[in-house]
Amino acid sequence: MSTPTLWLAAVLPAAPLVAGLLGLLLPPAPRQDRAAARRSAVALGVAGAAVSLLAALALLVRVDAPVEASTTWVDLGGLRVTLGLRLDGVAVLVATAVAAVALAVQVYSIGYLRRGPHDDVDVDHRYPPYAAQLSLFTAAMLTVVVSGDLIMLLVGWEVMGVCSYLLIAHDRRLPEAPGAAVKAFLVTRVGDVGFLLGIALLGVGAGSFRIADVLAHDYGTGTLTAACLLLLAGVAGKSAQFPLHTWLPDAMAGPTPVSALIHAATMVAAGVYAVARLFPLFERAPAALAVLGVMAAITMLLGAFAATAQDDIKRVLAWSTVSQIGYMTGALAVGAPAAALFHLLTHAAFKALLFLAAGAVIHAVGTTLMSRMGGLRAAMPVTFWCMVVGLGALAGVPPLSGFWSKDGVLAAAEAAALDGAGPTAAWVGWLVWLAGLVGVAVTAWYATRLLLRTFLGRTRTPLLRPHDPPALLRWPVLLLTAPAALLGLAAFAPWFADRLRVPGDDTGEAVELVHLAPNLILPFLLLLAGAGVAWAGWRRDPAADPARFLGPLRPVFARAFRLDDVQHALVVRPAGALARVVRTGDELGVDGLVEGSGRAAVEVGGGLAALHRAALPRAAAGVLAGALLIGLAVALIGVTS
Amino acid sequence: MTGADVLLLALGAVAVGAGALVVATRHLVRAGLWLVVCLGALAGDYLVLTAELVAWVQVLIYVGAVVVLLLFAVMLTRAPIGPSDDLDRPGWAAALVGAGSGLGLAVLLIDAFRWSRVDLPAAGTAERLGEQLFRSWVLPFEVLSVLLLAALVGAIVLSRPDIGRRSTDTSAAQPADEGRRP
Amino acid sequence: MRPVIPYVTAALLFGLGVYGVLRRRNAVLVLMAVELMLNAVNLVLVTADTTVKAVLPHSGQVFALFVIVLAAAEIGVGLAIVLQLYRLRASVTVDDVPLDEPAPAVAVAPGGLPTPEAPGTEGAVR
Repeated sequence: MSTPTLWLAAVLPAAPLVAGLLGLLLPPAPRQDRAAARRSAVALGVAGAAVSLLAALALLVRVDAPVEASTTWVDLGGLRVTLGLRLDGVAVLVATAVAAVALAVQVYSIGYLRRGPHDDVDVDHRYPPYAAQLSLFTAAMLTVVVSGDLIMLLVGWEVMGVCSYLLIAHDRRLPEAPGAAVKAFLVTRVGDVGFLLGIALLGVGAGSFRIADVLAHDYGTGTLTAACLLLLAGVAGKSAQFPLHTWLPDAMAGPTPVSALIHAATMVAAGVYAVARLFPLFERAPAALAVLGVMAAITMLLGAFAATAQDDIKRVLAWSTVSQIGYMTGALAVGAPAAALFHLLTHAAFKALLFLAAGAVIHAVGTTLMSRMGGLRAAMPVTFWCMVVGLGALAGVPPLSGFWSKDGVLAAAEAAALDGAGPTAAWVGWLVWLAGLVGVAVTAWYATRLLLRTFLGRTRTPLLRPHDPPALLRWPVLLLTAPAALLGLAAFAPWFADRLRVPGDDTGEAVELVHLAPNLILPFLLLLAGAGVAWAGWRRDPAADPARFLGPLRPVFARAFRLDDVQHALVVRPAGALARVVRTGDELGVDGLVEGSGRAAVEVGGGLAALHRAALPRAAAGVLAGALLIGLAVALIGVTS
Repeated sequence: MTGADVLLLALGAVAVGAGALVVATRHLVRAGLWLVVCLGALAGDYLVLTAELVAWVQVLIYVGAVVVLLLFAVMLTRAPIGPSDDLDRPGWAAALVGAGSGLGLAVLLIDAFRWSRVDLPAAGTAERLGEQLFRSWVLPFEVLSVLLLAALVGAIVLSRPDIGRRSTDTSAAQPADEGRRP
Repeated sequence: MRPVIPYVTAALLFGLGVYGVLRRRNAVLVLMAVELMLNAVNLVLVTADTTVKAVLPHSGQVFALFVIVLAAAEIGVGLAIVLQLYRLRASVTVDDVPLDEPAPAVAVAPGGLPTPEAPGTEGAVR
């Protein structure tokens, strides 16, 4: 790797890391200096994100072939841990996306975390730690993206989890926030255990944790399958796939910019990215890919159906994220990592756009519930049209970006199903394809519902000041609309498609991201069907929720098939009971032993002290009895010796 | 059994009996009087054992002075003349230790001496004992006189009426109506 | 002369003395029991004088004399203490003497031995 590239790649995660650490190390400001502290926090956050975006863009231009640089950090007796960077087209593109969304979110947060039209008092939004944690998170995600060593990747992985926990719990006024943060942390932690074991298995097998070494090593099939399945556990956790998806809807308790950055565009995509990075290994373990395929299919449908019945706008978007990542993992399962990564990039753009626009709506209306919104189109036209673009991209309306990337996924699944292409069995392809098609219809349905309930119809809550959000909130949304709309067209550019080449794919053929074939029409028809049904249902009664047509299924979908309760019964309650048992054992047994010995010593001492304070008669009896005994002893010894 | 043995037995029995009554009687004053009997019997024992000076010193000092002092103390502490019920505490520990020591010593001594005989030595007259005292034992004799002086002074000091009051006087104020007591 | 007879007498007297020390509650009676013990010892010494051929003749009897002197000294001091105790507490029961309490304040003339009437010093605060 040439030196400027190396420096750029090092600056990429280092700039937001420095900004984050500085922000965290700044002393808390007293009340009167809060404005100054906020300004410096804003400056640090935006600067960190901007520098990393510049570095990413520079790398985007410079890097056109995979490059790598690493140095040994620790050698654990034959097991090498390196500090290294591994850049290829995928890494650079994803890094650019991450940095761009991070910058947009940093700017947006300046306007969002401020006294809004619905706030009665000026609350302390604690901006400095917030911005610092965002920067730290960005640094961690970029570490995951550019890392050349599995241990470094793991470090970034875990720091992301910590920052997610901190940021979800940021708003101290919300009673559900701490619980949601803990739930997010613990559920992803469960996945991370598997991830760690998978990495350990790979590293020990290869004798080194460097990604290049791991990819080059020849593992046995059993080891490889086991390692890949363990890695999938981490992917399921971080990317909110079934069965570890339960944390993502509750994580919406965090501020909306946080949801946009972490839970839509970046962290949840990290799992997909990790699989894509190690895809040569997964290719050799078809069993793991089959499991991934099943997970993806279930998740696609689960997320889509759950999104149909939510009232909270952020929850709709959260379940939508779960479903869309299901598409990405589905693409990976049928052996099309390029399609998965393309969908990752477009999803980052349009999901961040959707969250930020929803945040603008929430900021203006003062509630997240769609049942209280409505008729906002006239009051917030810019937001409305940006939302239209975002939802269109989500549903897959041509020529918006989501259409092309989703089509790429479906085409790959179809090829795997009908032509047997790719490393997995045909049934996996069928599963992913059919689930994907159904998902298209349902996605269109709930996207239309969201648009109609929020912006059209009668106003259910009149706005205090009906106007579009202020500039700081508006411009990030506007700027994200561009890639949400146009990124799909980049698929036609060979330099873009080339960059999404699978690592290790040495064939010279061009990567085909879009397939202009007649079977493009099928998803389009499904989209029209879904949207049409939703619109027709809404037309019948504009004030009512189209979700009422779900009938008895509505509460089931709203509670996401009660999987939360299943998780609670199977995992949370036994863990709680075990914790109580252990705690009781510790308090009674271990502590009891220690304290008991102390108490015993004190009581023995007290007894001896009482003996000392014995009254005269007892003392006299004691002395004379003692003398008698000693005399007896002496006499007996004298007699026997 | 010679006459000496018979006398020793009889006097010994009297001493032990009187001693038992000293520790067992319920009359305070009678305890003192039984002590006189016991000590007198012991003086007789000494005479039989040819310890003449010791015997008469015993009568003089023990019976004459010590017991009298004890009786004075009994009177000055307002002892009741008749029987009193609260003179003793529960006796099992006392009996145990007392019996143990007494019988233990007895067994030891019987085991040592059995039924052996000794001849009585020359009488311990005042002349002979004086010779020993002022020749070989002069130093302990002088020390004992110092000890007697110390005991005398100590007894006087301990009898002061204001003992234990001196240090508390300066901090506490005395109520005005508290007069002096003898 | 059979020495075992006075020896056994002495042993029994000693046992009785121990019993009396542990049994009696009145301080004067305790002192009487102590006297029994001392006399037992004296008897042993005098009898030993006949059984043991000492280098210094009659040393047993000399020791007995010393013990008598010591007993006299002890009884003097001991009874002074008993009388002082009686003055302070109006009782000579050994059981009631607390070992962990400071001596109680008793209404005794402040300062010095009892002197003849000193005008103006009655009830004076010292």
